[in-house]
Amino acid sequence: MVDERRKFILGTARAVGIVALGGLVWSAYVDEVTANKLILRPPGALKEDDFLATCIKCGMCVEACPFDTLKLANPGDNKPLGTPYFEPRDIPCYMCPDIPCVPVCPTGALDEALVTTDGKLDINLADMGVAVVDTKNCIAFWGIQCDACYRACPLMDQAIYLKYEKNERTGKHAFLKPIVDSDFCTGCGLCERACVTKKATITIVPREIVIGSLDDHYIKGWDKKDEKRLKNAKADITTTELSKESAMDSLNDMGGLLDD
Amino acid sequence: MTNFWEHYRFLVLRRFTQISLMLLYIGGNYWGWNFVQGNLSASMLFGVVPLNDPYAALQMFAAGAVITTNLFVGALIVTIFYMLLGGRTFCSWVCPVNIITDAANYLRRKLHVNQVEKKQPASRNIRYWVLGLSLVLSYILGVTAFEFISPISITHRAIIFGVGLGWTAMLVIFLFDLFILKNGWCGHICPLGGFYGVIGKVGAVRVDHDEEKCTVCMKCKIVCPEPQVLFMVGKESLQVLDGECTNCGRCIEVCDDDALNFSIRKLAKEKRDENN
Repeated sequence: MVDERRKFILGTARAVGIVALGGLVWSAYVDEVTANKLILRPPGALKEDDFLATCIKCGMCVEACPFDTLKLANPGDNKPLGTPYFEPRDIPCYMCPDIPCVPVCPTGALDEALVTTDGKLDINLADMGVAVVDTKNCIAFWGIQCDACYRACPLMDQAIYLKYEKNERTGKHAFLKPIVDSDFCTGCGLCERACVTKKATITIVPREIVIGSLDDHYIKGWDKKDEKRLKNAKADITTTELSKESAMDSLNDMGGLLDD
Repeated sequence: MTNFWEHYRFLVLRRFTQISLMLLYIGGNYWGWNFVQGNLSASMLFGVVPLNDPYAALQMFAAGAVITTNLFVGALIVTIFYMLLGGRTFCSWVCPVNIITDAANYLRRKLHVNQVEKKQPASRNIRYWVLGLSLVLSYILGVTAFEFISPISITHRAIIFGVGLGWTAMLVIFLFDLFILKNGWCGHICPLGGFYGVIGKVGAVRVDHDEEKCTVCMKCKIVCPEPQVLFMVGKESLQVLDGECTNCGRCIEVCDDDALNFSIRKLAKEKRDENN
């Protein structure tokens, strides 16, 4: 009887130990692999945290993509296994108007609602990332004429526009600087693909990495739309109790230094 | 030839379904065949019927994901299908990992590893612990925890979408089963197998044992990947009702005495009662 009980207790303790050890290693791995936030997802993807909970890793978006843009993460790619991603320098997203990759998603990890306006699919709403220009190495910022990214952009003059500036160094030339407008950029990566430098000086980065956010302390007073943000503002009034001492008292307070 | 068919008919049929399913998936990916698209985690049959891995759906639920109708219906169809068929039919008739572990197990027998490593220290209940742990971790971490490490998914994705380093997972399972633990992955650890074992408990297709014909040669127990389910062999005429039975039919093929056969749950018992 005692023997049986011992066996049972020992067996349970062993199982609990193994589960704890396994759970530790397992969760450490998951934690490690989900820490990579620099992954570009297909159009219409939920926010990364929700995406990781919702993607079932079936690859139907990959099969639907006519350009072989999308890939499923394999072991060794250092990305959550089996999730779809793309590398724009390799193959960018060509922004199909019918967005074949999104409606096929069985779990809603790619959400049609995020790329739909007025009941119609609209690829211009896609938010795969945002282009960032390395202004130190972009040759257009040196004064060399290059507008490869500008011309590659499917939302030319919206997502990327050229800013004309006088070149003070020569005194007679112009800069044609490519500027990204993050309000329009979808992160398709055609610019990164087109960039002529050895390593692209315009790069797609997931939006939440580089785009900041404001609280209600700053408002564009000249912009009617921006003022609407104030609607959500909460009055947060703090009161500080006034000191009853006078300024003189404070100056003469030696903090007990001379008491002896 | 008839002898070969007698002895390997289910094995041949199983390899046929496993390989042709994988081929259909590959065709769905590379050549746009419209039969099944996706993979074993989620797929579309004929472009209309959703089929989804119910265990993955359960992890998604635990992780707090919104479950779409498509996902729910697909998971329900698969659940009902295997519930009706019974046992772990998925494991031995569909899952590609089964080919790897069967190969390891075959080699194990041929190399007489089993005679050297007689003692199997690990419990076959580990899979249920892993199953529970995967749901707890999914809940805590907010991701589908097992899908992040599943060698099953790695394997079928590797087959359908291109290998990458996916072969390492297959090799690890093969070597683990060959040298470390008999039926190690499929019979001890795999929580997907554990999951199907639980829902397949009530299934209809069951192996039936006729004790009167049995000569207690024990060939069935040697070849069975889950020998504990055959506890009645040579002792009692019973149906194998344990959900851990994979319905692979190997025991039926190797039996020279016609003491084991597929049957429909309950029917076999009624027939026996009538005969007696």
